[in-house]
Amino acid sequence: MSVIVNGSPRELPDDPRVSLLDFLRERLGLPGTKKGCDQGACGACTVLLDGERVLSCLTLAVQADGRDVTTIEGLGTPGDQHPLQKAFIAHDGFQCGYCTPGQICSAVGLAAEAGRGVPSHVTGDLTSEDIALTREEIRERMSGNLCRCGAHNGIVDAITETYASAEATA
Amino acid sequence: MNPFTYTKATDAADALRHGAAGGARYLGGGTNLVDLMRETIEKPDALIDVTGLSADIVETGDGGLLIGAAARNTAVAEHETVRTRYPVLARALVAGASPQIRNMATVGGNLLQRTRCPYFYDADGARCNKREPGTGCDAIDGFNRGHAILGASGACAATHPSDMAVALAALDATVHLRGADGTRSVPLTEFHTLPGDHPETETVLRPGELITAVELPPLPFAAHSAYRKVRDRASYAFALASVAAAVDVEDGTVRDVRLALGGVATKPWRASRAEEALRGQPATPESFRAAARAELEAARPLRDNAFKIDLTERIIVAVLSQLTGADQ
Ligand SMILES: Cc1cc2nc3c(=O)[nH]c(=O)nc-3n(C[C@H](O)[C@H](O)[C@H](O)COP(=O)(O)OP(=O)(O)OC[C@H]3O[C@@H](n4cnc5c(N)ncnc54)[C@H](O)[C@@H]3O)c2cc1C
Ligand code: FES
Ligand code: FES
Repeated sequence: MSVIVNGSPRELPDDPRVSLLDFLRERLGLPGTKKGCDQGACGACTVLLDGERVLSCLTLAVQADGRDVTTIEGLGTPGDQHPLQKAFIAHDGFQCGYCTPGQICSAVGLAAEAGRGVPSHVTGDLTSEDIALTREEIRERMSGNLCRCGAHNGIVDAITETYASAEATA
Repeated sequence: MNPFTYTKATDAADALRHGAAGGARYLGGGTNLVDLMRETIEKPDALIDVTGLSADIVETGDGGLLIGAAARNTAVAEHETVRTRYPVLARALVAGASPQIRNMATVGGNLLQRTRCPYFYDADGARCNKREPGTGCDAIDGFNRGHAILGASGACAATHPSDMAVALAALDATVHLRGADGTRSVPLTEFHTLPGDHPETETVLRPGELITAVELPPLPFAAHSAYRKVRDRASYAFALASVAAAVDVEDGTVRDVRLALGGVATKPWRASRAEEALRGQPATPESFRAAARAELEAARPLRDNAFKIDLTERIIVAVLSQLTGADQ
């Protein structure tokens, strides 16, 4: 069984108890993905699985068999930052930085979901597929990612700058 | 976590073959089961991944909707028919968990998710009849602010945590099952069981039986439906109380209504008494309140959760007022 991680094929562990999170961190040496709670409650472990944001702490590595995983290491590098990484720096979207990789992977997933019309709890008109990424929409759609440092305003600013169209932010 | 084997089922027959072994469990997204295994509350020795089974969402001949058990919660919430004809279901789904969890969670797994009672989760420190049958319940005389006011027994007052299932209860959904003896369908309102003396039994599912799909019957007035959930924070929290409602009003009179409650009962709670009290009545806040009271007469609060009675009444009145445009 194997999985593609950030573009490279990798063998999956023999023991199915290994979570995708531990597999990435402990076995592949990709510590960007963080372990906050290990029980689905904080979002620090968010990665993209076939482009969709999921929690790697509640995913068994074997469940990713044949699929494509993208971690923060695959989104950008210090020399070649993802636009969201630049925006997080510009808007002080973090303090300690522990939640940041999960926030950024989550925001990439958010943009894809909103783009294809997935509604959220605060979406007013369910019959419309045009989602305006207002601050309220971004806050609700990022509510699965906690930040103990309280950098939320900067996080919303960074996501707004990167993904929201001018009319949504008005 | 105890050791287990992992097999990905290729189709329902393959899943049933593997699932027949004692100790085997089906695996959806894993968002509940993996957590419970890590807590050593669940100890299966074989996991049969059923996410490769039908995830299709298709309209049925009679104008209803058939949703494959492997459909992810996000896929259901974003489906056009769900958004336009069964908005209460889309609303209930996006009120639950977080986007990441909804991308993983399946319809089958959502129905079978287990309670969030903190005593159920405290495997080392608390007694729980659901976790260890016959050991007693530390919630009944403990911290029970989050517990059920409807459907509880002396053995258990844990709530059923699903938001989706509350909408499905209101919509008269049926659950399609497949086991060694063939297929059967069960109304969602009869799928989950009351705790009684056996809170460890939570559904009518037989050992090894598989959920294959959930079916929504056509219900034209469900296009006019809503879900309201009250929780301790604005998002990413389980319900203290929630209401799923659809209502059909003609000339100011309630012709028909569907009402179900979440967060306050031991199973997804169809509020049939409230529905009966409301049919034929004027669509006013007064009749909504009377209907809510008819349902909540059966409420039996514990030490910390009596507030849920008033709260539920207010949510019922608010949702029905919102749907009918009645002034509160
Ligand atoms: C932090 C957190 C917050 C949450 N908040 C909410 C919330 O606010 N509202 C809410 O409703 N939910 C909430 N949830 C729960 C979430 O909705 C469930 O965990 C999810 O729906 C379970 O689906 P799954 O596919 O991951 O199930 P799994 O964990 O894979 O399985 C759950 C159970 O279903 C069984 N199963 C799965 N598929 C089948 C099948 N086809 N046939 C037979 N048996 C099957 C499994 O054997 C297992 O017993 C939350 C979860 C977390 C971790
Ligand atoms: S570490 Fe996965 S959600 Fe907290
Ligand atoms: S920056 Fe410290 S937890 Fe978010």
